[in-house]
Amino acid sequence: MNVPDDLLYTETHEWIRSEGENIRVGITDHAQSELTDVVYVELPKMDRQANAKEAIAVVESVKAASDIYAPLKGTVVEVNKALEADPGLINREPYGQGWILVLKIDSADDLKQLKDAAAYRAQIG
Amino acid sequence: MTETAQKKTPLYDEHVRLGAKIIPFGGWLMPVQYTSIVEEHQAVRNNIGIFDISHMGQLIVEGSGARAWLNTMLTNNVDKLQVGTGQYTFLLNERSGIIDDLIVYQIDNEKFLLVVNASRTDEDFIWLQKHLPAIETPALAADEVRIENRSANFGGVAIQGPRVVDLFHALFGTDVDLPPRNHIVDLPFDETNVSVARTGYTGEDGVDVFFRTTDAIKCWNAALEKGKPFGIKACGLGARDTLRLEMCYPLNGSDLTPERNPVEAGLGFFVDLTKSNFIGRDVLVRTKESGPREKLVPFRMKEKGPPPRPNYAVFDNGERIGEVTSGTISPSLNWGVGMAYVSAPHAKIGAQIDIEIRERKFPAVIEAKPLYKKS
Repeated sequence: MNVPDDLLYTETHEWIRSEGENIRVGITDHAQSELTDVVYVELPKMDRQANAKEAIAVVESVKAASDIYAPLKGTVVEVNKALEADPGLINREPYGQGWILVLKIDSADDLKQLKDAAAYRAQIG
Repeated sequence: MTETAQKKTPLYDEHVRLGAKIIPFGGWLMPVQYTSIVEEHQAVRNNIGIFDISHMGQLIVEGSGARAWLNTMLTNNVDKLQVGTGQYTFLLNERSGIIDDLIVYQIDNEKFLLVVNASRTDEDFIWLQKHLPAIETPALAADEVRIENRSANFGGVAIQGPRVVDLFHALFGTDVDLPPRNHIVDLPFDETNVSVARTGYTGEDGVDVFFRTTDAIKCWNAALEKGKPFGIKACGLGARDTLRLEMCYPLNGSDLTPERNPVEAGLGFFVDLTKSNFIGRDVLVRTKESGPREKLVPFRMKEKGPPPRPNYAVFDNGERIGEVTSGTISPSLNWGVGMAYVSAPHAKIGAQIDIEIRERKFPAVIEAKPLYKKS
């Protein structure tokens, strides 16, 4: 499974790319493979505030619905509208066009709570 | 149930070798998909797919009294069977609830094969044993019935899709005829014998092939190899579910339960109420007279949105009228589809309903069976 070195990760299989005061969030290659074909993504509303580990989006595959959690406390400033027309982007490009949302985080210090690639690789074995 | 308690079919290692994603299902570790549920689904609709169905149970009922006794246990009329034919039927409890749905084949003058759902095999066997004619009744040899659970001895594959005739001839020879629909034949294959039934759970032409457990890997690999020119794909339970749901074939444990009867499920066609006696008949007769309280109906979502799933509530103008039992995004139609039990007055083709998904209502319409019709 592809686990890029330049990203951070959560235990619940979200990836995080730090972009100044924002973080871009998607689900990992491992997660998309476990979920199977993604057929629907429920995106959060803009400006929604969420605490770390709060369910903020839903990714549905043919088989099941899975919650996506806010990796850190913050506010939704961007959502990937392209997923509404083509949810399969999550399967095809989990780290690229398949991103889900951007959060403006309350504190950059919070990034320390996330896993690095080595720790996430160890988690998924 | 822990993973160690789950059973493996004789093809388990082949599934792992092919990179299948494995899930527990009905007490078995089964492939849910190999590459993609949607791709596997399309392979069956357009070409051909092969499924491991070794988890399904095989019960043998034989003896001079087998036919008459089975007719008191099953809803369909066993008297309509001849050697080499099968029928879809139900095993009911006294309340007319569905213990299992199954296919019964007559395989000899006094011998029947019941192919049953994996998760119900043990329960069916115990139920049937419990209802065997009492030995002390003066039945003598004339009414003898024996039942045996042969599930561990047999494996099986379902080979389904429009190219099945081509693959059948590649496997068994161009001079061998396919059995007609719902017929079963024994055929020699690579120094062994297999049983081939023209049945399936996908809505496509197809066969279910049963073989000895020890022949499973040989049969599976032969079909995959000879199927290559026809575009065969190994298919998992995910595609099996989307294929059957497009056809509105019920899934035991979801659409059929011991609390539901065949009339409510819209499957009265497989119940012969002209038979004077079978378990569950009295309640079914009353249900039929008064009309069922709820009915199982297929529906299609009217907008692109989240897929319907089991246990979602169904509404009509704000009034709760039922519950979804099966749902998915149909790969053939690219719409959310499902089946739901709704109160009988609302169970009308064309009726507008709402499915509640995460506290929001999404419009849907009750459709006729099947949801998918081949163009």
